[in-house]
Amino acid sequence: MQERRAVFPGRLLPAALVLPQLALTAVFFLWPAGQAVWSSLTRADPFGLNAVFVGLDNYAALFSDPLYRDTILRTLGFAAAVTALSMGFALLFAVFADREIRGRGFYRTMLIWPYAVAPAVAAVLWVFLVQPQIGLFGPALDRMLGRLGLGWNYQLNGAEAMLVVILASAWKQVSYNFIFFLAGLQSVPRAVVEAARLDGAGSWRLLRAIMLPLLLPTTVFLLVVDVVYAAFDTFGTIQALTQGGPGKATETLVVKVYRDGVVNLDLGSSSAQSVVLMLGVILLTAVQFRFVGRQAD
Amino acid sequence: MRGRTDWTAHVVLMLGVLAFALPIWLVFAGSTQDAAAISRGELSLLPRLSHLDVYARVLGEGSGGSGPVGHMLLVSAGMALGIALGKIAVSVLSAYAVAFFRFPCRMLAFWTIFITLMLPVEVRIVPTYQVMSDLSLINTFTGLTVPLTASATATLLFRQVFLAVPDALMDAARIDGAGPWRFLRHILLPVSAPNIAALFVILFVYGWNQYLWPLLVATDPRLDTVVIGIVKRIGVNADTEWDRVMATAMLALLPPVAVVLLMQRWFVKGLTEGEK
Repeated sequence: MQERRAVFPGRLLPAALVLPQLALTAVFFLWPAGQAVWSSLTRADPFGLNAVFVGLDNYAALFSDPLYRDTILRTLGFAAAVTALSMGFALLFAVFADREIRGRGFYRTMLIWPYAVAPAVAAVLWVFLVQPQIGLFGPALDRMLGRLGLGWNYQLNGAEAMLVVILASAWKQVSYNFIFFLAGLQSVPRAVVEAARLDGAGSWRLLRAIMLPLLLPTTVFLLVVDVVYAAFDTFGTIQALTQGGPGKATETLVVKVYRDGVVNLDLGSSSAQSVVLMLGVILLTAVQFRFVGRQAD
Repeated sequence: MRGRTDWTAHVVLMLGVLAFALPIWLVFAGSTQDAAAISRGELSLLPRLSHLDVYARVLGEGSGGSGPVGHMLLVSAGMALGIALGKIAVSVLSAYAVAFFRFPCRMLAFWTIFITLMLPVEVRIVPTYQVMSDLSLINTFTGLTVPLTASATATLLFRQVFLAVPDALMDAARIDGAGPWRFLRHILLPVSAPNIAALFVILFVYGWNQYLWPLLVATDPRLDTVVIGIVKRIGVNADTEWDRVMATAMLALLPPVAVVLLMQRWFVKGLTEGEK
């Protein structure tokens, strides 16, 4: 790890300086994480009075539950769709916003501001767009799909519900990807671009042969960020739009932890799920630091 | 480019701009319309400017079992500012210690802080609630803000900024007789001001947009943030006052958007330099 050469002397002062951060970390991160691990290994007795140590029973129950496996697959599909949509559109916009056109600044600002929208508020905006009774497009969608014998009601139809939470989640994440893709494109040396132009490369060729390979590190970084976003930060979006329903149609892993732990008070299973999610985050963080860390060296 | 207008670029970007601006415009227009008409599915894109007083009403009076939005905005602002400033203070201090001192267990401290990256609230919902309840922090403003002020990301960022400060700057300060505090206040903080500003935007937005955390630890309606408030009122009933709900949505949205727009340049630079 990189170090400073010149440092201040003293031991007490630096210890006091890191103390607030360490105390917060211990009390609000490590303690609950430890509790999660512990209660994932226990089960409340029939009277709900004592926790009995049951080893890995909660995990065994979890992974033999087909509903949990469904939720894992659903979360993966959801994350893949959100990531693909938000990265795809962000790259498209970034490529054009990088061109030297009039009104560039305006376009950039208008594509960056949605970064500030809360995931839960993004869901509220989508309600006003597609809610079947009051949404701007809701009644029209219902009539159109009605002719095909389908109808539009994401509160009753699971596939439609999934579509809406994917769109609302991806909509909110485009701006973040856009900011990074644009920064990546702008850091491509102009000399390289000019040289390619002189060699007769068209815009498409330039993009494919030069820009995209140089954007690879950015893409890997965004891939991890988007998957983390889709897996964890969309709780508010899903809660505001469908609460995980109808049935379990939009229940992601985090929504399930919340439902099982807070709503149904099944602490053992909810804790085991928490520990599984922690392992997931550790894996993703390791991937990110492996690729992005190497980039920074 | 070569004097020609790049129509493809304009069309694509304009469509993008519309895809993001349309929902906001819709909510603004809807907030000025008749609630009963919206309930009938007659939401229009034309605002009635004579009905802007809905904002004054929403801000000042509660309805449908929840308090006035003005109060929710105060809670949100307090939470966002508390988290942003708290995180910056806590992280500057610990990054300063890790970068500018050698003390026992320094690496252990660093890695302990680093671990918090891997433990977002979302993965430890129930145990965190239990800890909060053991500490009697449920339904307190402290509980809403303080636990979110630990930050590995901010600490890593400041550490990186501090490591890049030239040794000469520190040597000069020491020759002038400046101790660690004076060096921090008069040299290090001014030098890192752009990074602090950028981080403030990111953290303010982060704090304002929290949903799961207040949902867990603040069930008292008096501690409702505006994001919690709007989600509570989005359920569709025959008598939902849609104009008021939409005005609330606008008010939930505007402050963080304003902060990002006002500090856009710093924010974009800080985001893209900091995270990598």
